Amino acid sequence: MSALSATSKPMRILIVEDDREAAAYLLKALREAGHVADLAADGEEGFHLADSRDYDVLVVDRMLPQRDGLSLISALRDKGSRVPVLILSALGQVDDRVTGLRAGGDDYLPKPYAFAELLARVEVLGRRGGGSDVETAYKVGDLELDRLSHEVKRAGKAITLQPREFRLLEYMMQHAGQVVTRTMLLENVWDYHFDPQTNVIDVHISRLRSKIERDFGPPLLHTVRGAGYILRPGE
Amino acid sequence: MRMTAVRLSALYLGLFAVFAVILVFYVTGTATSLLEQQTRDTIDEEIDQLSRVYRSGGIVGLVRTIDRRARQPGASLYLMTDPSGRILAGNVESLQPGTLDDTGFTDEAFAYRRFTGSERDGRLHLAVAEVMSLPNGMRILVGRDQTEVESFRFLVRRALILALGLMGIIGLLVWFVVGRRALQRLDRMSFASARILAGDLHERLPVTGAGDEFDRLSDNLNTLLGRIALLQEGLRQVSDNIAHDLKTPLTRLRNRAENALHDAEPADASRPALEGMIGEADQMIRTFDALLMIARVEAGFHPAAKEPADISAIVADVAELYEPLAEEAGAALRVEPSPPVQLKISRELIAQALSNLLENALKYATADGRQATVRVGVEASAERCVLWVADDGPGIPAEKRGRVLERFYRLDESRSKPGSGLGLSLVQAVAQLHGGRLRLEDAAPGLKVCLDLPRDDESDGE
Repeated sequence: MSALSATSKPMRILIVEDDREAAAYLLKALREAGHVADLAADGEEGFHLADSRDYDVLVVDRMLPQRDGLSLISALRDKGSRVPVLILSALGQVDDRVTGLRAGGDDYLPKPYAFAELLARVEVLGRRGGGSDVETAYKVGDLELDRLSHEVKRAGKAITLQPREFRLLEYMMQHAGQVVTRTMLLENVWDYHFDPQTNVIDVHISRLRSKIERDFGPPLLHTVRGAGYILRPGE
Repeated sequence: MRMTAVRLSALYLGLFAVFAVILVFYVTGTATSLLEQQTRDTIDEEIDQLSRVYRSGGIVGLVRTIDRRARQPGASLYLMTDPSGRILAGNVESLQPGTLDDTGFTDEAFAYRRFTGSERDGRLHLAVAEVMSLPNGMRILVGRDQTEVESFRFLVRRALILALGLMGIIGLLVWFVVGRRALQRLDRMSFASARILAGDLHERLPVTGAGDEFDRLSDNLNTLLGRIALLQEGLRQVSDNIAHDLKTPLTRLRNRAENALHDAEPADASRPALEGMIGEADQMIRTFDALLMIARVEAGFHPAAKEPADISAIVADVAELYEPLAEEAGAALRVEPSPPVQLKISRELIAQALSNLLENALKYATADGRQATVRVGVEASAERCVLWVADDGPGIPAEKRGRVLERFYRLDESRSKPGSGLGLSLVQAVAQLHGGRLRLEDAAPGLKVCLDLPRDDESDGE
């Protein structure tokens, strides 16, 4: 599974999940991806662990014994914690995401999820706050993107992108070196959260890819099998 | 409701009138027949007395008695004639010919003129009488004037009509004050309950505290509303629990497959099977989510908050999302330009519905590799907003259009093409959630699916 993890820096992750088997699988997979993961089996224990130790990311199931996931998150936020939280939920209704985010969650993943999806989201959450969001220009290899002038250049040559292609590339560059999944792209570039039956995103990616790669050197935008895409130089 | 009030008033008035007329006729009828009976009894009595006078005093006694009685004020009618019809005694001047022909009671009232001494009245009066013949052929008539009875009948009738008229007017006034107010209260209650059912089930009908029938009705309806809210909450909880309990093992299934896939060597023969399992699990959860949402919408939940959004912008967004895919599938996706249309909707669900419609259109119109054009647009009027997707594919025969909206129904009966058969049901649920409906039309050629939404959503005031 380590192949799925694009970042070398390990993260400390707390999993709050009452389903033992799902938790054990998560723990094992996250550790194999090179991270340090702890497990809490109920909301009360989760709150105490999160409150007393330093984590990069929390993965919290919404329905928990003792104390449910949302109240756990609210309590943490009330105590001033800014740790990024990924909410897992079996409810999967449209408004569940909204209530989850409103309670203080940072991202939301309905069950069942693909581990690659969870890992990609956890890594993006854990790398947040690194300042990448406030930068005005990104550079990956010889590809440059200016967020203010909306100019894209590769090897000094200007590339013309449609507005949505620009947003897509901007997001990919913001998370350069990290795996981003198709649903993450749909959520962050299009701001929709439904689950398309077809691979609409793939076609957009291949269009973007042809614009930034066709007349230039080595490929930058790579497909990660079973997970999504990653933008990184070289290879 | 107003119509009901008017119809009820008219009905009350009509029934009242019919009963009043029946009452007038009954009362006057009974009264006159009573009077007639009395008249007959009196006449019988007098005839008896006169018979006795005749037996004891003979003709002379009889004449004297009749003359004496005839002169009394308010006297009955008396007439005594000889066999040839000449008047011998009495207070009758002349009478309807033939009245004396038969003995016994006259069948009907007859006309006569009264003898009033010096001054002649000359008017014709009506009377009933009994005729008796003496052994010598003389005839004696004793009768009672009917004028009194007639005027009595007239008086009674007039009094009754006046009284009933008055009652009618009072009744109408009372109706306007009491009845209409009652109906207006009912009106208000029905409006309130419609509002509650359309919106928040936790609202209650007003209770005035008077403890009357309306309050009791309100109380009962409020109890009913409470129970509905409770049932709804229960249903929500059950569906949440089912979602949780079904998805947890599905998650495990998926995890195990994923885990096994991870551990398997790249050349392992079980990889395709494991990948298939994961795909199937994902499809199952999609179907399950769609079913859950449809069920919730049908049960009257509002699983998504509605906020003002521009439908045209959503159409542009989603069309833009699908445009490259359409091009790759060999179809042209065209968005008909439309001005912004603000509507209170769930942006996510409308986008999801539109995505389902576009995927369907692309799937069926480009089947067998044909070139297709898919058009999408928004048409708004003051009351409605219609979001439509039209393709130029094979379309759906008119007789099957109703069935494709059913859950799990698929035109492709072999079910060989991918899809859950829930796509259109889901779109329909989204339409219902927004108080609208889904229409399938003939795009000639092809299919036009219209998501018809009302513009002035009642929940605007929330």
